Amino acid sequence: MNKFKKYIEETSKSIALPLLAFFLAILSGGLLIAFSDPKIYKLWKSPLEFLGTGFASAGHAYLALIQGSIFDGNLTSKNFLLGFYPLSETFVVAAPLILTGLSVTLAFRAGLFNIGAQGQFIFGAIGASYVGFHYNLPPVIHALAAILGAIVLAGLWGGLVGFLKARTGAHEVIVTIMLNYISVYFLLWLLSTQTFLRKGRQDPIAPPVNENARLPKLFGMDYRINLGIFIALGVAYLIHILLSRTTWGFQFRSVGANTLAAKTAGMSVPFVMTSVMVICGALAGLGGAVQVMGSEYALTAGVAGSFGFDAITVALLGRAKPLGTVLAALLFGALRAGGLTMQANTTTPIDIVLVIQALVVLFIAAPAMVRAIFKLKNVKSGTDMAAKGWNG
Amino acid sequence: MSVELRGITKSFGALVANDGIDLRVETGEIHAILGENGAGKSTLMNILYGLLSPDSGQILVDEKPIIISEPSDALAAGIGMVHQHFMLIPVFTVAENIVLGHEKVNGFGVLDLEKARSEIARISKEFNFDVDPDAVVETLPVGIQQRVEVIRALIYNAKVLILDEPTAVLTPQETDELLQVMKNLKKQGTSIIFITHKLREVQEAADRITIIRRGKIVGTALPTASQEDLASQMVGRPVDLTMNKSPAKIGKTLLEISNLTVTDSTGRELIHDISLDVHAGEIVAVAGVQGNGQTEFARAILNLEEHVSGSILVDGKDILGETVRGSLHSGIAFIPESRELDGLIGSFSIAENLILDTFDLAPNAKGLLMSPNTVTNEAVKRITEFDIRSQGANELVSSLSGGNKQKVVLARELSRPVKIVVASQPTRGLDVGSIEFVHEKIVQERDAGRAVLLFSTELDEVFALADRIAVMYRGTIIDIVPATISRSDLGLLMAGVKPKVSS
Ligand SMILES: Nc1ncnc2c1ncn2[C@@H]1O[C@H](COP(=O)(O)OP(=O)(O)O)[C@@H](O)[C@H]1O
Ligand SMILES: [Mg+2]
Repeated sequence: MNKFKKYIEETSKSIALPLLAFFLAILSGGLLIAFSDPKIYKLWKSPLEFLGTGFASAGHAYLALIQGSIFDGNLTSKNFLLGFYPLSETFVVAAPLILTGLSVTLAFRAGLFNIGAQGQFIFGAIGASYVGFHYNLPPVIHALAAILGAIVLAGLWGGLVGFLKARTGAHEVIVTIMLNYISVYFLLWLLSTQTFLRKGRQDPIAPPVNENARLPKLFGMDYRINLGIFIALGVAYLIHILLSRTTWGFQFRSVGANTLAAKTAGMSVPFVMTSVMVICGALAGLGGAVQVMGSEYALTAGVAGSFGFDAITVALLGRAKPLGTVLAALLFGALRAGGLTMQANTTTPIDIVLVIQALVVLFIAAPAMVRAIFKLKNVKSGTDMAAKGWNG
Repeated sequence: MSVELRGITKSFGALVANDGIDLRVETGEIHAILGENGAGKSTLMNILYGLLSPDSGQILVDEKPIIISEPSDALAAGIGMVHQHFMLIPVFTVAENIVLGHEKVNGFGVLDLEKARSEIARISKEFNFDVDPDAVVETLPVGIQQRVEVIRALIYNAKVLILDEPTAVLTPQETDELLQVMKNLKKQGTSIIFITHKLREVQEAADRITIIRRGKIVGTALPTASQEDLASQMVGRPVDLTMNKSPAKIGKTLLEISNLTVTDSTGRELIHDISLDVHAGEIVAVAGVQGNGQTEFARAILNLEEHVSGSILVDGKDILGETVRGSLHSGIAFIPESRELDGLIGSFSIAENLILDTFDLAPNAKGLLMSPNTVTNEAVKRITEFDIRSQGANELVSSLSGGNKQKVVLARELSRPVKIVVASQPTRGLDVGSIEFVHEKIVQERDAGRAVLLFSTELDEVFALADRIAVMYRGTIIDIVPATISRSDLGLLMAGVKPKVSS
C-alpha cells in the first residue's frame, strides 16, 4: 500500500505541468470556439455583448463536450442510468487508446520513439479479425485465440523495427513512419482479397468476427462498453510492474536513460531494442484487437482511426508513465466521445477537439513556455522522457 | 600593473560561490590560487574578466576602482584570460583566431591579417613560443593551442594574465614549458594569476599562494610551504599525501594480454600489438598523454571494442570475443573513464546504479522479479562501507558530487567477486580528499591479491600507485619500466622519446 502511495505521490508531482498545459489548451480552445462563431463579428461595437456571446458559445460547446463524454440529462427519460451512456462511450474510445499509448510510453522509457503504433494497431486488428471470423472455436478460447493472433502478428511487426535498429542502426522514427504506410496499404489490399471480402459486399469490410470471439459487454446491450477497458487497465498495471519490478524493465530503463552505461555494464542493447519493440507492437496490436473484438466487430479500412497517432500525444501527456498514460487516454477518450456530441448540438466543429489535442502537445513540448506563463520554478520538466529523437 | 579585488561576493541561487573575497596581485608576480574543484576559482576569475558580474564588491586596477562589465572592459584595462576550456575555433588559423572579434578590413573590404601575422611573429619570438600564424588550430597539439590563447591575450597588451587551470590538459613536458613561459612573462613585468589544484606546479612557479575553500579565502602561503600543508588548507583537514604501500607481493599471472590490436570500422589501427602481463598483487600503471590509445586499450579488455585481434587471458582463459557481460563476470572489475558517460546512470538512484551489472543475479532478483528491498538494504551497506555522502540509497546519482559518484562506481565494481581491476583515469576531476580515498581502495585491492591495471595520465598518480609502469605512446606500449624510473625519464617516454638508460 505504501508503495502505491509513493507512486501516486511521484506521479502527482510530475502531473502539474500536463494539467497546466491541458488548462491552457482548453482556454485557447475556448477563444477559438468563440471566434469561430460568425455571430460574434457583428458585435464589435458593444464590448459587453461581444464578451457575453463569446463566453456563451464557448460555454455551450464545452457543456456539449461534457454531455457527450460524461453525463447527459436528456438521455435519462427512460432510465436514469442511461444518462451515463456518454461516459461508457468515453471508456470504449479510451480502451484502445490506453493500449496504443502504453506502446509509445514503453518505447520512450527504453529510449525509442515509436511512431509506429498506428501500423502495429492495424496488424493487431488484422490478426484478431482473421482468427475471429475464419475459425469456429468455443467461447473464451476463441477470444483468447483472436487476441493471441493480434499480439503475435503486431509483435512481429513491431519487433522488426527493433531488430533493424539493433542490426543496422536504422533510426526507428523513419522505419516506423515507413512501416505505417506499408500497414495502411497492406490493409487496403487485404480487404480486397477473397478471404477478407464480406459476402455480398463490395466495400472494404471483412466478415464479422464470430460471437465467441467478441469481448463481452459489461452493462448489457444498451451500452457498447465491454471488457476491453479492463483488459487495457490490467495491461497498464502489468507494464507498470514490468518497468518497476522486473529485470527486463530494469534493462529497458537503463538503456533508455544511458545507453553507454548500460552497454558498459554488460547489458545487451540489441536484445533490449528488439524485445522492447516486440512488446510495443504487441501492446498496440492488442489495442487493435480490442477495437475489432469489442466495438467494431469487423475489420475495415478505417479501423485504426487515429489511435496510433493520438497515442504519441497520450504518452507525452502521461509523461511516459503507465498511470499517466491511462489518465491521459481517458481524457482523450472523453474529448473524442464528447467532440461528436459537440458537433451535433452546437455549431462548433469536432475539429476544435483536434486543435485542443494539438495545443496540449504544443504546451507539453514547450514546458519553458508553460512555466513562463504561470511563473513556475520547480515543476519537474520533461527530462524523464528518455527518447532522443533524431540524435538517438 | 597591480590588481585588487575587494569583498567580491557571488551567489548562484542558494550557493555562495565567492564569499567576500579580498585578493591583491602585485606587478610582475605569479600569484597562484589554489583550491579544490568547485571552490570558486573560475567564478572569481570570470568576475575579474567581466564574464560574470559580482553581487557585491569592487575591482581596482593600479589602486583606481574600475567597472568591468564585459570582457572588452577587462581587455581595455589590460586584463587577459586563458580559459580552462579553450575558446578557439578549430578550423580557423592561428591568425584568424587571434583577430576574431577585432577584425580589421583593408580598402577592398578583405580581412587584413598582415598586422596580426607580424604581431604574432614578434610575440612568438620574444617569448620563444614557436607558433606559426598560418597553422590551422585543430592541427596543433594542445600545448601550442594554449599558447595561441596566451598570444591572444598578449597581443591586446594584457598586463595581467589569468590562466585558469592551464596545465590540466598538458603533458608533463608541456607543463614545464608553460611554467617557463610564465617565468619569462613575469620578467617582462606581466602579472600572472595562476589557477590550479596541483601542488607541485604551485611550488615551482608561484611567488605567492592564496588558498580558497568553499568560496572563502582560507589562507595564504609561500611556495616554500610543504605540500601537506597546502593540501590540508585546501581540503580543510590533515591530508596524508604519501601513499603508504608495502612492497608488492607478486603472485601468479592473472591477466595476460598478447598481441592486442584494435582497429576502427575503416580498418585504421587504434592500438597496435600490445602485450602485457599483470600479476596478482601488483599494480601496473599504463602511463601516457591523453589520447594515445588508452581508452581503446581499456575498453578492448572488456570486449567493448568491436574489431580486436590477439588474446586476453583472464586467469588462463581467453575471453576475447566474449560478451561484455561475460568479460565482467569472468572476474574483471571495470572503472570506466567517464563516470557520467559510461559509468553511471544519472537519473537512477544510488541503489539502482549499484546493481547495473548484477541486477539479475541473486539476491538482487529472483527469476524475472527484482527484489527492491534486498537491493536497497545492500545499497545502504555499500554506502557506509564506501563512505558515499548522500541522503540515502534512493537519492539520484546525478545530484552527487564527483567524488561520491566515483565511490558509487567503485562500490559496485569492487563488491563483486573479481580477480582483476581495470581502472581508467579513476581520479580524473576529483578533489584531493576523494583522490586519497580512491587510491587507498586501489592499494587495498592489490593487497587483497588482485591484479590491478591502472590507466592514468597523471604522473603523481602513477608514481603514487604503480609497481610497474607501461608507457603508451601512439597506440602502442613503447616500454615497460620499474616504478623507480625518474620523473623526467618517464615524461620523455610519454612524449615518445626513449631515454638512453632504460630497463
Ligand atoms: N553558472 C553557474 N550557475 C550555478 N552554479 C555555478 C555556476 N558556475 C559555477 N557554479 C558553482 O559554483 C561553485 C564554484 O564553481 P567554480 O568557480 O567553477 O569552481 P572551481 O573553478 O574552483 O572549480 C561550484 O559549486 C559550481 O557548481
Ligand atoms: Mg574551474
